[in-house]
Amino acid sequence: MTSRHVRVNPIACEAHGMCAELLPEMIELDEWGYPIVDGKALAPALAAHAERAAAACPTFALLVDRRQTPPPARERTDTGAQGVRRRVPRRPHEPRA
Amino acid sequence: MSAPAAARLPRLLAGVEGGPLDLEAHLAIHGPVPVQPKPRRGRAGELIDTVEEAGLRGRGGAGFPTALKLHAVAGARARGRTVVVNAAEGEPASGKDQALVSIAPHLVLDGAALAAQAISASEVILCVSEDSPQSLRAATAAISERRSLNGEPAISLAAAPSGYVAGQESALVSFLNGNAAKPVFTPPMTFERGVRGRPTLLSNAETFAHLALIARHGAAWYRALGTAEHPGSTLVTLSGPVDHPGVYEIEHGATVRSLIDAAGGEREGIRAILVGGYAGTWIDGAELEAMTLDDGWLVPRQASTGAGVVILLGESACGVAEMVRVARWLAEESAGQCGPCVHGLAAVSERLEDLAWRGDADSEREVSRLAAVIRGRGACRHPDGTLRLISSALGVFAEEWADHARHGPCDACAAPPALPLPDVVRGMALEEAS
Repeated sequence: MTSRHVRVNPIACEAHGMCAELLPEMIELDEWGYPIVDGKALAPALAAHAERAAAACPTFALLVDRRQTPPPARERTDTGAQGVRRRVPRRPHEPRA
Repeated sequence: MSAPAAARLPRLLAGVEGGPLDLEAHLAIHGPVPVQPKPRRGRAGELIDTVEEAGLRGRGGAGFPTALKLHAVAGARARGRTVVVNAAEGEPASGKDQALVSIAPHLVLDGAALAAQAISASEVILCVSEDSPQSLRAATAAISERRSLNGEPAISLAAAPSGYVAGQESALVSFLNGNAAKPVFTPPMTFERGVRGRPTLLSNAETFAHLALIARHGAAWYRALGTAEHPGSTLVTLSGPVDHPGVYEIEHGATVRSLIDAAGGEREGIRAILVGGYAGTWIDGAELEAMTLDDGWLVPRQASTGAGVVILLGESACGVAEMVRVARWLAEESAGQCGPCVHGLAAVSERLEDLAWRGDADSEREVSRLAAVIRGRGACRHPDGTLRLISSALGVFAEEWADHARHGPCDACAAPPALPLPDVVRGMALEEAS
C-alpha cells in the first residue's frame, strides 16, 4: 500500500507562499513566510490540489511523494532509505548529487 | 586473522608515542594488510560480514551501523563505486580525525582500501580539512608511500573547506562534485548517487581505522572491549580545565572520571559536561561521577557521544555567557540555504541574548516556541542539533539563566571564552591515552 505526502525542499524554497494559498488544508506559513507542511498522508480529495500547488511553486520546492505504507516512526538517519519515490519529475533547479 | 594481540588499549593509537607512523612503522605495529578474497561477481566481500559481527558503528556522529552502509553501496546498481574518507571535521571541539590522519594515516587508508575492495570500488578520496596543514602533510606523504603496496585502489587527497556544516555528508559530496560545500536536499542518498553520481561509501576517518583492525583481528577481538551495543574503543576529544586536554582513545562505556584522570585531573570543580559537541547535550556536573560514555547511559538523557566530543565547563565559567556565544556562532554557521534555519536560528540566538542580558523572562518561552517551529525543517540536521544543545543548556543552567534574567550579567560573564570556537581551538594539544 502506498500513501501520498506533501514535502518541501527547504533549500529550493524561497517563501513565495503560493503553496499555503493553494493547499491551506496541509500547509501553513511560519513567521518568515516559509511553509510548515502537515506530514500526514494526503487525503485523496486533496490530491489534485496538492499537484496544483506543486506545479504553481515558483521554485518547484513543493513535492508530492508516494510512500510505502506509513513511514517508519524512527528518527531519520543520514543513510536510512525512506522508501520515498519521486512523484514530481526532476526539475532543472534541483541540486544534483 | 585472529591475532592473540592485546584486546586492550590503545588500539588505534598503538605505537604513536614516538610521533607519526610511516608505512614501515605502521606495518611493524599492526602487521600486514590482510588479503581479502576477491568478492564474487555481484556479491559483497566477506569483510562486510565480519564488520557486521563486530558491530562497528560510524564515528562521525550519527552512529549508523557500518555494515549496513557497506551493503547499501555494494548493492547499488551502477558501474564504478567510490569510497570517501571524511576527516574534514568541522566541529571546533573535535580534533580526533585530524589527529588520527596526522599520526596514523596508514591505519585509516588500510581501512579505506579494504572497504573499497569489499564493495568493488576503484577509488578512494581522502578528505582532510584545509585548515589542518599537519594532516594534509601526513596524508600526502602516506598516499605516496602506499604506491609500493600491491592491489591498492587509486587514492586521492581533497582539502575540504572549513565550516561547521561543510563536513556533513551531502555537503562534502557536493564539494567533491565541484559545487559549494553545503548540504543538499536528499534523496538521492550518497550510497546510491554520490561522488560523480556514483554509489559512494562515505564514512568518518576513525570508522575506517577501526575497520582496518577488525579485518586484521576479527570481530571477537573487536568486541573484547566496550559494551554489547557499542563494542570496541573510540577516540574522544576532551577539552576544558584539565591538565592535558586532547585526543584520547577509550573503551566504549568508560567513565568520564577515568577520562578526566587520564588527562591529569580537573583543575577546578566541573559545573557541567557537554557531550557530543555543538549538536550535543549538556549534562549537569552533579552527575559527573556516575557518567559513562555509553549510549546506554546517555540516550535516556537525550545525549549521545556523537563524534566523541567531551567538553568540561569549570565552575569559574558562566554557562549562560558561553551558550549565548556558541548559539550565535551556530546561527552564523548556517549554510544559509533553508529559511527556517537561517531565520530561525538567528531569532533563537537573539532571544537567548535577551534572556541573558536584558532580563526578558518571556524569551525562554519564546525560545521553546521557536524551537517547535524550526525543528525538522532544515535539509540537514544543523538546526535540530543546535536546538537540542540550547534546550539542554536551558535545563542544566536553569538557575543561571534565571539569575541573569533577574540581576543581569554575572562576574564570570566577562571571562575569556571557555568553550572552544574556531579561533580558540587551534593548536589544541594532542595527547594519547596511556
